[in-house]
Amino acid sequence: MSSHDRRAGGGAASSSTAALAASPFSAAVRRWGPVAAAAATWWLLYRFNRPFWDWLLFDVLGLDPLSRLGESVHFFFYDVTKITLLLSGIIFVVTVLRSFMSVERTRALLGGRREGVGNAAAAGLGVVTPFCSCSAVPAFIGFVAAGVPLGVTMSFLIASPMVNEVAIVLLYGLFGWQLTTLYIASGLVIATVAGWVIGRLGLERWVEPFVFETRLRGKIVDPSVGLSWDDRLAMGREEVATILRKIWPYLLVGIALGALIHGWVPEAWFAEHAVGPMGVPIAVGMGVPLYSNAAGVLPLVEALHDKGMPMGTVLAFMMSVVALSLPEMILLRRVLQPKLIATFVAVVATGIMATGFLFNAVL
Amino acid sequence: MDIKILGSGCTKCADLEAVTRAAAEDLGIDAAFEKVTDPAEIASWGVLATPALVVGDEVVLSGRVPSPDDVKRLLSER
Repeated sequence: MSSHDRRAGGGAASSSTAALAASPFSAAVRRWGPVAAAAATWWLLYRFNRPFWDWLLFDVLGLDPLSRLGESVHFFFYDVTKITLLLSGIIFVVTVLRSFMSVERTRALLGGRREGVGNAAAAGLGVVTPFCSCSAVPAFIGFVAAGVPLGVTMSFLIASPMVNEVAIVLLYGLFGWQLTTLYIASGLVIATVAGWVIGRLGLERWVEPFVFETRLRGKIVDPSVGLSWDDRLAMGREEVATILRKIWPYLLVGIALGALIHGWVPEAWFAEHAVGPMGVPIAVGMGVPLYSNAAGVLPLVEALHDKGMPMGTVLAFMMSVVALSLPEMILLRRVLQPKLIATFVAVVATGIMATGFLFNAVL
Repeated sequence: MDIKILGSGCTKCADLEAVTRAAAEDLGIDAAFEKVTDPAEIASWGVLATPALVVGDEVVLSGRVPSPDDVKRLLSER
């Protein structure tokens, strides 16, 4: 791996701004000033979100805070603002930090690792590496053809979508840090164990043969190398815009549904339907087809939890939504035979259900 | 100049193609564009994260959409 040519992917873009600045100090102000201003604005908006909507909806518009309508409308506006702020802030920070990592670097770190330790490392790296599931197939081929074991590769592919920043932000915003920590920890454990199990089963024969025959000829271009701070900050801004553009319809619908449930669905209904021992498998079964809508699903889940859905069921639902997605399965069909995809789903779903039952019993 | 855009049809791949076409036009480069969507072929270029840009027979960028200035620099270097 050491012979890889680490070509710069960017870099010269910042030279023009440097020429405009008179001194290193004013260059730093030009770069970090807007970031500091944005951070201050963000904090103010976050701080005054609740008082503002309290004032506007209850004092100015005269809605009754204790009425169903008042409660639902307030829930909707307050939550939309809060989640949008949390998403923008955290995605920006995460993207800037992650710009120092890359899939290329992760593969180099995983090459030559044994199973077990390798699975845990792959799960951890899956969280910090910038990775889009649309690259799952080239990444899979690139990992396996470079000698990363199948199970270790799977640990990476499971952890990456499961412990993703949108899910984490929403969990934090809606349920607080305790549940978020639980979610991250159990996500890492599931990814490590599921990848290890898949590796132990020795399922290489169910990988399409061309994967092992692929010769990697190109030079490695590590996208994390050669970027200036300006480039990294710009990547953060663009990522926030891209993600918000992609998820806002789901977010609005999810929060609106959540608001309706909040105000109108009686708790007795959920006590009957979502709380029993079948709650976890039902939640996982519903979660799998609901891909990419973590943003839409979570506000809904918050409302369900409010009505008495237990925490383990909430976690299991969330995990199955983000970790097991039909589009990714269809993509992976290019490199994995259906039997292996089925095994993958079964192993991960089992892990998720075990987590759900465990936390329902413990919490 | 042979330019290949590697990526399986995600929005970022379209963005990369657009920004590269604009850069080639600005620089007055006569470029032939090709889209590579086959995952096996993408992988065989050693690319792990799409979109990626291949100029001639060399991968010059992968895993992100560059700024217009970046692409111009990459193209004019060759």
